[in-house]
Amino acid sequence: MGKWDWQVFLEDPGGKIPTYWQWLVSAWGWTVSVSLCSLVVALVLGSLVGVIRTLPDSPWLVRFGNAWVELFRNVPLLVQIFLWYHVVPKMFPVMSGLPPFILVVFALGFFTSARIAEQLRSGIQALPKGQRYAGMAVGFTTPQYYRYVILPMAYRIIIPPLTSESMNIFKNSSVAFAVSIPEMIQFAMQAGEETSRVTEMYMAVTVLYVISAMVINRIMAWVEKRVRVPGFVVAGTGGGGH
Amino acid sequence: MNLDLTFFNWAVVSSFLLKGLYFSVFLTVVATLGGIFFGTLLALMRLSGKKWLDMPAAIYVNGMRSIPLVMVILWFFLLVPNIIGRPIGPEYSAVITFVAFEAAYFSEIMRAGIQSIPRGQVFAGQAVGMTYGQNMKLVILPQAFRNMLPVLLTQTIILFQDTSLVYAIGAYDLFKGFDTAGKNFGRPEEAYLLAAVVYFVLCYSLSWLVKRLHKKIAIIR
Repeated sequence: MGKWDWQVFLEDPGGKIPTYWQWLVSAWGWTVSVSLCSLVVALVLGSLVGVIRTLPDSPWLVRFGNAWVELFRNVPLLVQIFLWYHVVPKMFPVMSGLPPFILVVFALGFFTSARIAEQLRSGIQALPKGQRYAGMAVGFTTPQYYRYVILPMAYRIIIPPLTSESMNIFKNSSVAFAVSIPEMIQFAMQAGEETSRVTEMYMAVTVLYVISAMVINRIMAWVEKRVRVPGFVVAGTGGGGH
Repeated sequence: MNLDLTFFNWAVVSSFLLKGLYFSVFLTVVATLGGIFFGTLLALMRLSGKKWLDMPAAIYVNGMRSIPLVMVILWFFLLVPNIIGRPIGPEYSAVITFVAFEAAYFSEIMRAGIQSIPRGQVFAGQAVGMTYGQNMKLVILPQAFRNMLPVLLTQTIILFQDTSLVYAIGAYDLFKGFDTAGKNFGRPEEAYLLAAVVYFVLCYSLSWLVKRLHKKIAIIR
C-alpha cells in the first residue's frame, strides 16, 4: 500500500469538477438527497400501508397491506433497484422519461416503506385497545380517531425503530452505485481506480458515512426528546435488519 | 413490453443459475454459522463487565453497523490480499467479509438473548459450583439461543438477500447468474423479473417457516 497521500484530493479528476475533494462533497450530496427523498417516499407509503393493516372490518385492505409488506421485504434491494431502473420504464412507457435518480428514490422508498409499515403496525397494535374505543366513544370517525388519538401515540412509540430505519436508508442508498448514481460508493470505486489511491478514497468515504450516521442518530434523539409526552413510557418495538 | 421467457430453459438453469445459487446458499450458511460464533464471542466480551474486553468489541460492532455493507465488501476485497500477501478471488473475499460483517449484527442479537435470561439463572449456576464457562455453555447460552432463534433466522433471511451485494466485486452469486444469463440472451428485463420471483419465493417460504417455528416455540414456553 505504501505511504498515505492525502494530496490526491487536491488533484484534478479532469471533468466538470475541479478537484477530487469537491467531487467527494458532491457524491455525499447525492447520497444525502437519495436518502432524504427515499425517506419521504417511505414515510408516506409506509404510514398509509401501516394504517391500512390495522383498520377494523376491512379484510381486503388488510390483505393488500400484508401483501405489500411481504412483496417488498422478500426481494433483495439490489434486485428491486434493477427492476425499477431497467424493467419498470420498459413496462410502463409513461415512466420511461424519468431520470435515474427518481427511479432509485422509488426503489429505495418502496423497499423501506414495507419496513416502516411493519413498524407502524406493531406500534399501533402496541397501544391499549381502550385508546381506539375512547376515540369511538367520543364520536370520532375512523380517520379522526386515527389522526387525533392513535397515530400521535403510535409515531412516538416507533421513534427508536424509525431512527435505525433512517440510518438504514442512508446505508442502503449505497446500493444505488449499481445503476450509476454518482453517490459515495460510485465515487470511491471510480476515484480509486483513476488515482490508484484506493485506500485514501475508501477512508474518506467511510469516515463520511460514520459521521453522517452519528448526525442522524443525534437528530433523531433530539426529535424523540422534543415530542416526548410527559409520563408516557415508550416501549421499544424492536428493529433489526441492516 | 413483450415478455419473452422462451430463453429460460433447463440448460440456462444448469449452466448459469445453479452455480450462483450454490454460492449464495454456501455464503449464507457459512456467514450465519461463523457470524453466530464470532457474534456470541463479541456479545460475551461486551457483557463481561471488563472494560478492556467491552470497549474493543463495542467499537468493532458499532463501527461495522454504521458502514454500508457494500463499503465493507469493497474494503475487505482491498485489504485481505494485502494482509495475507497474495491475491484472492472475490468469492473467498466475500466469505470473509460476510462472516466479519454479520458477526456484528449477530452479536447484538445474542447480547439481547443473553440479557433476556433472568439473573437468577446465573446465580443458580454459580450456586451449584459451575465455572463461568460451564455456566455459559450449559445454562445461559442454550436458553439464549432458544429465545433468539426466530430473530437469528430472520437475520439469516436478510443475510441471504444481502449476498446479492457481492455484485460490487463481481463474485458469481445467484443474482449474478440471472444478470449474466439475461445479458447473454439479450433478455435482461426478463432475467431481472425472474430473479425477483425466485428470491421472493425462497425468502417468503423461509420467513413462513420461521413464523411457524416461532409459534411452536412460543407454545412450549
